[in-house]
Amino acid sequence: MTIHTQATRAESGIDAARGLQMYSQMARIRVFEERVNELYTRAIMPGLAHLYIGQEAVAVGVCAQLEPDDYITSTHRGHGHCLAKGAQPDRMFAELLGKEAGYCRGRGGSMHIADPATGNLGANAIVAGSAGVATGAAFSAKWRGSGQVAVCFFGEGALGQGVLYEVMNLAQLWLLPVVYVCENNLYNEYTHYRETTAGEVLARPAAFGMHAEQVDGQDVRAVFAAAGRLVTRARSGGGPAFLQCDTYRYRGHHVGDINRVFYRSKEEEQEWMTTRDPLARFGDWLCRLGFADPADLEACFVTARHEIETAAQFALDSPFPDASDVQRHVYA
Amino acid sequence: MPETAVRELTFAEAIREALAEELRRDPRVVVLGEDVAEAGTPFKVLSGLVEEFGTTRIIDTPISEAGFTGLAVGAAMTGMRPIVDIMFGDFLTLVMDQMVNQAAKIHYMSGGALQVPMVLRTTMGATRRSAAQHSQSLHAWVSHVPGLKVVLPSTPYDAKGLLKSAIRDQNPVVFFEDKMMYRLKGPVPLEEYTIPLGVADIKRPGTDITIVATSSMVQTAMAAAELLEQVGISAEVVDPRTTSPLDRDTLVDSVKKTSRAIVVDEGHERYGVTAEIAAVIADGAFYHLDAPVKRLGAMDVPVPFSPPLEDVTVPTENTIFDLARTLCGKA
Ligand SMILES: Cc1ncc(C[n+]2csc(CCOP(=O)(O)OP(=O)(O)O)c2C)c(N)n1
Repeated sequence: MTIHTQATRAESGIDAARGLQMYSQMARIRVFEERVNELYTRAIMPGLAHLYIGQEAVAVGVCAQLEPDDYITSTHRGHGHCLAKGAQPDRMFAELLGKEAGYCRGRGGSMHIADPATGNLGANAIVAGSAGVATGAAFSAKWRGSGQVAVCFFGEGALGQGVLYEVMNLAQLWLLPVVYVCENNLYNEYTHYRETTAGEVLARPAAFGMHAEQVDGQDVRAVFAAAGRLVTRARSGGGPAFLQCDTYRYRGHHVGDINRVFYRSKEEEQEWMTTRDPLARFGDWLCRLGFADPADLEACFVTARHEIETAAQFALDSPFPDASDVQRHVYA
Repeated sequence: MPETAVRELTFAEAIREALAEELRRDPRVVVLGEDVAEAGTPFKVLSGLVEEFGTTRIIDTPISEAGFTGLAVGAAMTGMRPIVDIMFGDFLTLVMDQMVNQAAKIHYMSGGALQVPMVLRTTMGATRRSAAQHSQSLHAWVSHVPGLKVVLPSTPYDAKGLLKSAIRDQNPVVFFEDKMMYRLKGPVPLEEYTIPLGVADIKRPGTDITIVATSSMVQTAMAAAELLEQVGISAEVVDPRTTSPLDRDTLVDSVKKTSRAIVVDEGHERYGVTAEIAAVIADGAFYHLDAPVKRLGAMDVPVPFSPPLEDVTVPTENTIFDLARTLCGKA
């Protein structure tokens, strides 16, 4: 079953307060990622970072429909999901810099942030690596009768992995409260998804008889509305669902991926950034409905910049873990 | 190595040249993997190959490691010589059924009727700040499996010669490239050459202690040997080059000469490559040993992200140096 949605104000149920909250969250993610980029390019951040810039509407639209104790699992491109689910930027930066104050005490880094307090069961550096985890969390929620829902975020590249189909089959058979959110940003690293993905994305959930929807992932209202339907459905025993969000990453696959013309054109990037930017579109809508004026939107950015700067400074100033502690946490 | 016509290549260039030569030589050879064609892999090891050989030989795949590795097994059984690219050694776990239950056993299970001439190239090595799922050195896992051959080159010269042999071998071969060595430079002759699988190489002769090291740990052991020389200890550095088959004789003969041995490898220490090699030495050189055979492997922890933690999990020239001095009674 496939429903293509055009979000309307009525069905999205976004009022001024909620709207500004969502806009601020998107601004926070963007500013956070800009700062990550800077820390990385100035060689202050070790390792790799995969930026979420351009995809903010997906994490924010979905997580705005979740309760604090609902679960998410995330990917290598996970900073946006973490923030949207309630993680604090100071401890995130600390993790990215390998500091003891980080969410994983510096053991995990950018690709592995987990925050059980906000239901975040962890980002994952194995493509589709968290499909089992999310489905297992939904299984456990159902078994325990907790009423929680699990959301599994993944890129369209994960459609290549067999484990995803194994757990989707299980989830549908056992009507588990899990929503598979496929963020189709068009590229598996440096290869267009059409070159790696036979048939249609939504034909996959359809094969399992799984409810599926497709939305414009650059329209946070559409994402919010669809996520609301699917999460409510899952929570009330209706079973799993699949949500395809069509989106775009503005930057490289990772921060070091600067020369991209061999796999996508500058024009294509420009087009997405100038005509479909999720912040610009949502900001316009908020202003058009009189929920905000441009000064309010700018204020969201000012606040975000201040918060992010303070958070980054906290992380820069905090200590590394003690090397003598390296063998802690191998076993519980 | 002939003295004429030698130039310096990086480890990555040597691998690329081996692939290019074998692709030219044998039309049955194809390369399969994620972003191997235009992107030339994230490490750029394959850059330029698709321009020469086209997308029918250098084939981009979906992110389906189990699928395309299994496909390579079948293709190898039916007349092709596929080379599979697994971007990070950590993803070996995704292809273990194809490699262990299929590729490794097919020749034996068929009573010799079927063969699986394929190569799986992948990476290993920590200290790149890539965290627990992108830093493992899992070569011991495949070394444990009868039917698989396992290659761990430590120099550009060895990488080229061993890879060419691996591609020509009639068996499934797993070829590990330490990510930290891709830019390492070394002499590589212009003329064609191959290095047989199963022949160790003495990277540096010495008389007081044998340091057996694999992959990038050979470089670390060489640095330690320099330090040892300054304190009057003559270390012999032996590189097995392949863990399966393992050149027991060269290892044992070296220790018979030096009477002391340290085995250094970047896999986890427990149940690892160091344990196997130490056992081979203890058995073969027992009556010549003046000290217990010592092992230095990666610490038995998942690889931590944080730099000060990650750095203490792998053997370094200093840890090798200190241990060697102690063994030689010169600490
Ligand atoms: C199993 C596995 N194979 C390969 C990789 C290397 N890799 C990391 S991200 C990536 C592309 C992922 O594309 P997609 O799932 O669409 O997510 P996006 O990067 O677009 O957010 C690849 C191939 C990996 N991390 N895990």
